[in-house]
Amino acid sequence: MSRELFKFKGGVHPPEHKSESNTRPIALAPIPNFLVIPVRQHIGNPAKPLVHVGQSVLKGQMIAAADGYISAAVHAPTSGVISNIDLQPVPHVSGLPDLCITLVTDGLEQWIDHGPIDYQALSPAALRMQLRDMGLAGLGGAVFPSAVKLDPGAAHTCPTLIINGGECEPWITCDEMLMRERADDILQGVAVMRHLLGSTEVLVGIEDNKPEALAAMQAAAAQLDFVVEIVAVPAIYPGGGAKQLIQTLTGHEVPSGKLSTDIGIQVFNVGTAYALARAVHHGEPLISRLVTVTGHVLRPQNLEVLIGTPMHTLITHAGDRDGTTGVLMGGPMMGMPMPDLKVPVVKATNCILVKSSELFPTLPKALPCIRCTRCADVCPAELQPQELFRFAKAGDFGRAQEYHLFDCIECGCCSYVCPSHIPLVDFYRYAKSEIWANEKEKRAADLARERHEFRQFRLEREKKEKAEKLAAKTQAKRAELTTAPAGGAVASEADAKKALIAAALARAQAKKVEATPKNTDSLSAETQREIEEIEARRAKIRELAHQPLETEEKLK
Amino acid sequence: MLTAILVMVSIAVVIGLALGWSAIKLKVEGNPLAEKIDAILPQTQCGQCGFPGCKPYANAIAKGEADINQCPPGGEDGVKKLAELLGVEAKPLDETHGTPKPKSVAFIDEKICIGCTLCIQACPVDAIAGAAKQMHTIIAAECTGCELCLPPCPVDCITMEPIIEDLPHWKWKHPVINLKRVA
Amino acid sequence: MPAPFILDRSSVTQVMAWVLAALLPGVAVYVWVFGPGILVTLSLATVTALAAEAAMLKARGYPVKPFLTDLSAIVTAWLLALSLPSLAPWWLIITGTVFAIVVAKHLYGGLGQNIFNPAMVGYAVLIVSFPVQMTQWSGPIELTPSSLSFAQSAAVIFGGDFPKAALDAVTMATPLDTLRTGLLQQLTIDEIMPKSIFGQYGGTGFEWLAAAFLVGGLLLWALRIIGWQVPLAFLAGIWLTAGFLHFFDAGRFGAPWFHLFAPSVMLGAFFIATDPVSGATTPRGKLIFGFGAGFLTIIIRTWGGYPDGVAFAILLMNLSVPLIDAWTQPRIYGGSKRNGKDPSA
Repeated sequence: MSRELFKFKGGVHPPEHKSESNTRPIALAPIPNFLVIPVRQHIGNPAKPLVHVGQSVLKGQMIAAADGYISAAVHAPTSGVISNIDLQPVPHVSGLPDLCITLVTDGLEQWIDHGPIDYQALSPAALRMQLRDMGLAGLGGAVFPSAVKLDPGAAHTCPTLIINGGECEPWITCDEMLMRERADDILQGVAVMRHLLGSTEVLVGIEDNKPEALAAMQAAAAQLDFVVEIVAVPAIYPGGGAKQLIQTLTGHEVPSGKLSTDIGIQVFNVGTAYALARAVHHGEPLISRLVTVTGHVLRPQNLEVLIGTPMHTLITHAGDRDGTTGVLMGGPMMGMPMPDLKVPVVKATNCILVKSSELFPTLPKALPCIRCTRCADVCPAELQPQELFRFAKAGDFGRAQEYHLFDCIECGCCSYVCPSHIPLVDFYRYAKSEIWANEKEKRAADLARERHEFRQFRLEREKKEKAEKLAAKTQAKRAELTTAPAGGAVASEADAKKALIAAALARAQAKKVEATPKNTDSLSAETQREIEEIEARRAKIRELAHQPLETEEKLK
Repeated sequence: MLTAILVMVSIAVVIGLALGWSAIKLKVEGNPLAEKIDAILPQTQCGQCGFPGCKPYANAIAKGEADINQCPPGGEDGVKKLAELLGVEAKPLDETHGTPKPKSVAFIDEKICIGCTLCIQACPVDAIAGAAKQMHTIIAAECTGCELCLPPCPVDCITMEPIIEDLPHWKWKHPVINLKRVA
Repeated sequence: MPAPFILDRSSVTQVMAWVLAALLPGVAVYVWVFGPGILVTLSLATVTALAAEAAMLKARGYPVKPFLTDLSAIVTAWLLALSLPSLAPWWLIITGTVFAIVVAKHLYGGLGQNIFNPAMVGYAVLIVSFPVQMTQWSGPIELTPSSLSFAQSAAVIFGGDFPKAALDAVTMATPLDTLRTGLLQQLTIDEIMPKSIFGQYGGTGFEWLAAAFLVGGLLLWALRIIGWQVPLAFLAGIWLTAGFLHFFDAGRFGAPWFHLFAPSVMLGAFFIATDPVSGATTPRGKLIFGFGAGFLTIIIRTWGGYPDGVAFAILLMNLSVPLIDAWTQPRIYGGSKRNGKDPSA
């Protein structure tokens, strides 16, 4: 049966370059000597390290725990010893380091105790917590913690579950190969998703340029005890974008600024479904993933790679060649240039694309925008990229937001077709990050204002309270003094004050005696010196305290 | 002639009444201009402008008693925004009030701190935690980098640490497309 | 430099080259109908435009080569040349071209920054300043007693010694001029139309030129260099406005087909109003822009002081582009609002 499909606006047809890497079967990547495992591999709070340097860990052991609801745990991808917990280069376009746990592998692959989870017996909330602790995050590229996405929220059910096998980015074939070779496992994962979300309709969208994957998934779906509709969708970039796939399959648009769950649809990547199946049916946390190693290498292929494997070892494994001009993580439309080949494979790494000047010629110089609106024609978010560019370039971020900057999915279609070769997406990323930074700054300023105002209020209040207290106390003391002293007929004000001061002095004296340290004998030379140092400092403070007027004046 | 005078006078009276009425009826509480100025100021509360905090400076600007270029933490950008708001010409920062520095937070060397609480009293935003004779520490997220805690410290244990760019703070840069230079 | 790392094979140069190529059928018909004089005009305008462009780029500190090879200056030159009378004197061509490139384009910031169509600014300046020279059209060869060779055309254009009588033998009023003059003499359309200058639909020969521009325009549309909105709306604006007037008083207002098949309309619809830089960018904005230009063209032709109104109509619509764009922001994916924000808000 064929389903009525809908067309989203825009999109482009870049050369696919899939056949380079999808002709070889999935292979296991060798275990490197050490793994570098970042604690921030997902959206949300970074995981908190649980191990210490020198500790031996087993394969699958949690080495950093999820911190909060939107977070995911991190596990040891193989057995070995923790050698470092420090800042290391990570796959990020900035080239900035981040906190990583380095694991020296022992090659023994000793597993921690693990086994299948009886997911139907667990409450959904408990199961989600378990999945969070197994480190599950979306493997399509956004790495949003899966446990959060598997929560249908207030609606308690999410009628439509879409499994994304679109994989529209050129060069990448890891999802395709996964569907061709491990379709059964994927659908086992889908069964768990369906259970958690209470979905009544399950759709798998696969671009029609992957006939083998479609056939394999259809065969696997026929074995299931529930209905999964495998749908061939037209191959067009970015047809594999979640919002675009939703529109293609259902005709619905995700309202701007809302989530797909708000219209009863949740989307997962096929890789996530597979990882979920491994977690639930085998008790294996997310410690490896499929990575397409392609481009300017001798044997482009898909490898099953342990998280934390340095990228250069994979390029070497696939056969590195002379004339490499750089490496991308991801595809040519949305990928990121890697600042360093030592950076590890993370949960988001779907592809390592090695560039050469033949495959990726230097981009021509940009010319001014001629407002031809080709970008608007191809924009799948139906924005006006030429206007956004104008505002972003001029720093008019308010107008950029008015023109829906934050609906941009950064797919790169606009830059791809621009006859003036303007790096449009760069401008949008820049504008977005400026707006976020401004927002943060504004929040910080508001906090500071609030705290300052509260402090002013507090000081005022304290002053008032102190004055009241003092007044009351003086009153009481005066009363005491006027009545107590023998023959105290007429105590003048000055006398009363003097008496007060004397009393205070006596009290202070008593306190001082009390405060004399008791364990002054048998101290080591070092401790003695420390005490002397502190005493010296105290002396200095006392000295300073003797000139309070000066400081007070300064404060005024 | 008389009619003309009468007409003009009555127009003046009517308009005057309308103005007077609206001045009473449409009165805005507080000083909206000072609020707007205060919203632009960085809220460092550092007092470099010569006023005890951002709000007093904002009030002074609103009254025309202070110039717009006395806030080093706000930088040239801040001056520009103030100029825009007030419809005056932007001018360079007044160097006598200090120069802009990279955004920093104070850091207390806890080994040296003697717990004198002088810095706590100096902090304009209560961003220092601690008590007498107890070690103090800065709540970095709330520190505005005003440096007011530096002079009172008797043991000079407070240093200003510039905020280093790490992953959560990293920003995309303005793309460089120089039309005038061609490779 | 971040993603994307691949590009489609399009470029400004390619876009401009296709525009020039699409003008070639028009140029060929021009030569066939009016003689080879246009080739002199085109060459002179091209050379002038390139020189002015190079000089301005140098003066503004921009590299000359990448901007000169984008061909945008030549497109401006050709559009202006094709709008000028075929026997316009050399200084007229140079003045118009220089004004278009220097003032309308570069003084507004160069490629992509001009708010007015440079060719139309050049044309408007010329027709306002030199109305007599701007109506020196050679008539269609089949209607005039004699015609000019390439060398003779060059001689006329460069002000060579050319007998006045011979010149009079080749020039004649354009159909729009004739119509205008006729109407001013209180003649009715039925009395004016039988004149030989009027052909089947438009003017004799002129209608062929219009058809050639239409062919070139359709080529640009087929190649997706231009969208369908502006030309269609422009032609609709002409046809509906002219048709409306003609319906009410056929004696005083020309037939819509006649207005549609003036070469200036086809050139304007497919080549000038579609200029992306000075035109509207949103889909609905393009429709408004095109229709407005068509409507104003007829209004100016009918009640204005000049026989043709395409240039002024397009310039007036250029002025309204920021407003049109701001008011016609399209709905986005997942958006609910149909309208963009009020630009004043």
